[in-house]
Amino acid sequence: MPTFVYMTRCDGCGQCVDICPSDIMHIDKTYRRAYNIEPNMCWECYSCVKACPQNAIDVRGYADFAPLGHSVRVLREEAKATISWRLKFRDGREKNFVSPIRTTPWGSIKGPAEYDAPRPEDFAKQELAHEPEGLNIEGGLPTLRPGQLKQGVV
Amino acid sequence: MFTSNPFAGLSASIPPAAMQTYVVIMIVLVAAGTLFDVVHKGSAKYFFDSWRKSKSKGAKQLGGGELVSIAMKTGLVDFLASGEFCNAPRRVAHLLTMYGFVIYVVTTAVMVFGFPTPATLTPAILPQLWWLGGLMVCLGGYWFWFFIRVDVLAEGHSPFRVVRADLFILSLLASVTLGLIWAFLQTKGGSGAGVLFGLYIIATTVLFGSVPWSKFAHMFFKPAAAFEKRVSNANGSRSNLPGPADKPEQFGTARQQPRHY
Repeated sequence: MPTFVYMTRCDGCGQCVDICPSDIMHIDKTYRRAYNIEPNMCWECYSCVKACPQNAIDVRGYADFAPLGHSVRVLREEAKATISWRLKFRDGREKNFVSPIRTTPWGSIKGPAEYDAPRPEDFAKQELAHEPEGLNIEGGLPTLRPGQLKQGVV
Repeated sequence: MFTSNPFAGLSASIPPAAMQTYVVIMIVLVAAGTLFDVVHKGSAKYFFDSWRKSKSKGAKQLGGGELVSIAMKTGLVDFLASGEFCNAPRRVAHLLTMYGFVIYVVTTAVMVFGFPTPATLTPAILPQLWWLGGLMVCLGGYWFWFFIRVDVLAEGHSPFRVVRADLFILSLLASVTLGLIWAFLQTKGGSGAGVLFGLYIIATTVLFGSVPWSKFAHMFFKPAAAFEKRVSNANGSRSNLPGPADKPEQFGTARQQPRHY
């Protein structure tokens, strides 16, 4: 399902060019707007669709499995940390989904490089680097007790 | 320098009628170029098709009052305040260039038609506004060209690569910059004013004559697209996009601007 750009909505900010993992979103030479230079190489990751601040990028399904007249559009709201999908079928049915992206503010999770380097004695331990604080399991590894299991599973 | 009308000074060598005819030709070129652009690219057809589609898919039929309110919002926010831009420096650069260009063009026309010779004394405010408009175009335009222009390092092109998309901004900058230098030289009586004037006319003719090939016409179709977008949000069709999630904005943002030259 390759992406395409609504040229009237695109303001050519370059966010999709920066984020595309296939490097196929480029700025065109005629209007300085984004476009997909190689639809065959698009792996439908939706990165550009979600990153576009103007919601100017859509995805066109291949006709062999995506019926004409359908629509799958997505709205990523960073400040709310939500991602919303709207699926429209060609018979008029519609499905809407909202999912959380994260539950903490952006940038609040320490990256691996921000932790202290492991000490020599840490290499003799069973835990991996930055465990247990990196996994937030100071009280020990979480273990299921038989009483916690659902009836019929054991 | 900032209070003298450069076109009145020019009237000694070029008759005012010739200057006025040139301005009229430029206006005709813009109008004809825009119409050609609209027909050739089918932008008006696209706009009305999208409009009809949005109207038929919309959950709510909009009344005349709502449409007027949307049109006013589009005019005030999207057109007059360049509300479309999500990048603040880009929006400021665009506003500087847009308003600078409007002030520059209007004062040029007023001076050429109203005060074409030294015999009719030009109010000092007109040349001052002309200079102000020109400098605003230069500030916004060069800022855009050197620091904000959309192209990304990852593409590996030279920062000085010139493509057709640059026709508008480069001819605009050339026209205004050469115009200001010519006015400066003419006021100071410096040599080379004639050559600068010739270059100024060439750049200006390219700017207004290249409308079908440049993005000059964006100032006409962009407000139409912004209006259509607002209508589709108001009538519920939202161009098939989901509505905003019913959650508070509490997580901030981690978005970074793309790396440009």
